[in-house]
Amino acid sequence: MDPNTLIASLQDAVPAAQLERVPSVDLQTTMYVSRDELPAVARVLRDRSDLAFTFLAEVTAVDFWPREPRFELVYILVSIAQRLRLRVKVRLHGADAHVATVSGVWPAANWLEREVWDLFGIAFDGHPDPRRLLMPEDWEGYPLRKDYPVQIRMTPRVSEPLQVTEEEFRASVTKDRLTRS
Amino acid sequence: MPEIRTETMTVNMGPQHPSTHGVLRLVLVLDGETVLSAAPTIGYLHTGIEKTTEQKKWQQVIPLVERMDYLSAQSNSLAFCLSVERLLGIEIPQRVRDIRVLLAELQRINSHLVWLGTHGMEVGAVSVMLYCFRERELLLNINELLAGFRLFPSYIRVGGLREDLPRGFHAAVRAFLGLFPAKLDEYEDLLTKNEIYLKRTRGVGVISKDDAVAYSLMGPIARAAGVDYDVRKSFPYLGYDTYDFTVPTQTRGDAYSRYQVRLAEMRESVKLCRQALERIPPTGIFAVDDPRITPPPKDRVYTEMEALIQHFLIYSQGFTVPAGEAYVPVEGPRGEQGFYVVSDGTNRPWRVKSRPPSLLACQALERMIVGGLIADVIAVIGSIDVVMGDVDR
Repeated sequence: MDPNTLIASLQDAVPAAQLERVPSVDLQTTMYVSRDELPAVARVLRDRSDLAFTFLAEVTAVDFWPREPRFELVYILVSIAQRLRLRVKVRLHGADAHVATVSGVWPAANWLEREVWDLFGIAFDGHPDPRRLLMPEDWEGYPLRKDYPVQIRMTPRVSEPLQVTEEEFRASVTKDRLTRS
Repeated sequence: MPEIRTETMTVNMGPQHPSTHGVLRLVLVLDGETVLSAAPTIGYLHTGIEKTTEQKKWQQVIPLVERMDYLSAQSNSLAFCLSVERLLGIEIPQRVRDIRVLLAELQRINSHLVWLGTHGMEVGAVSVMLYCFRERELLLNINELLAGFRLFPSYIRVGGLREDLPRGFHAAVRAFLGLFPAKLDEYEDLLTKNEIYLKRTRGVGVISKDDAVAYSLMGPIARAAGVDYDVRKSFPYLGYDTYDFTVPTQTRGDAYSRYQVRLAEMRESVKLCRQALERIPPTGIFAVDDPRITPPPKDRVYTEMEALIQHFLIYSQGFTVPAGEAYVPVEGPRGEQGFYVVSDGTNRPWRVKSRPPSLLACQALERMIVGGLIADVIAVIGSIDVVMGDVDR
């Protein structure tokens, strides 16, 4: 399908989507979608048989700090049936960095979105499991943001081992035994 | 008589477990021997390679990306170079493309051999491991001949290759290709009709075609479930459309189908290597003729001022890449692999993002092991061929 017809027919299906095609050098049609219409566009892209973008190859983000809107979310889609590749991008402001999840449309988005949350701090509304993926759970900051400090030596944090008195230990074991029986 | 009390048991498998191919941790909830739920935890091998690349010059990124998926080093550097070359807008000479095809296919055989060896060992066929590593040694020797480095040759560079093929390269590859099909038959003798192997893998870790698509498993796992998708066929690069090869698929989607698909893939790779080797003249052009990117030959550097300046510029400042973004996928040993590369027009990348096939395979792991037996968990992890360096990066 011709990229322009693809985008025109998408715009007809989701009138509010504000699709904007940008030129690309790598033969993948690239377009911007407004943030609020992303789930609707995603559903059309997957379900319409003349599009059939059933594969979500990649979800990632790019931080263009200090420019605003600083984040660009990138979804790379593949349609095996139509032999098409598509790159859908969403612009996000730093102060308002959240977007609706597409993990209901493509289950593969679950971990990919978690990785973006983990490394960029972009929240995905309605995500079934919004935890960090790669970094430790108590990590502070989002490492792939451009304003994240690099090559700064942080003092290692030391956590004291849990201190329990003998009475507390006995009480805990008894309580555990009671709940089990 | 009191009732027999039963309760579920939570078992923490990994991160230090010999069969998790690195440091994968699974929290399994078991009812007897049946797995009720599985929660994979990853990130133990996260080294921040993507952040590190933002501080490196373009050419310096190649050794880093090779270390992401340490079993398919040349596929990684190939994918990265293709994306950067697309941004630069340079056309790669035909001889370089054929050499790259040859290296990528040898890398696929290499990776599949490690997979077959370790997977076989995990389900109890220890001798397979010894057989596979014997042949892998020959491939590592070829890498050593090529670049002096066995695992991470950094031989594929932006703009072409590091240097011309060494003397004796054709003979070494030809010797390997002559011997390898018979060795493949040997592996098949050991496993294909082996009753124990069949019992351990048939109907184990099944993933349906729909689930394979939903979880974006593009690669041998999806092809074993009947998804006929291969980047080399669907979106050809490096002139793969001029080569004669087929994409093996299966329909059952279990661990045994994955074994069949990967073995057939190795045979196809041998075919591709033979064709590529035919096309490659022993000496000739090995990099694009562009003074911005390719350093001048050493004899000119020592005798000509201009060449010395050019050499100095390339090695001290690198080259700049026009602003833009590119993602050129390749078919790596574990499926579609690619680097989403963003440049801001300077000599360092603004963002490099790898598409990790192993991460998505890990995500689908839960689907494959819940409802099965705990003993099969090992067989399934082996069969999906995850490399934790690629998962965590």
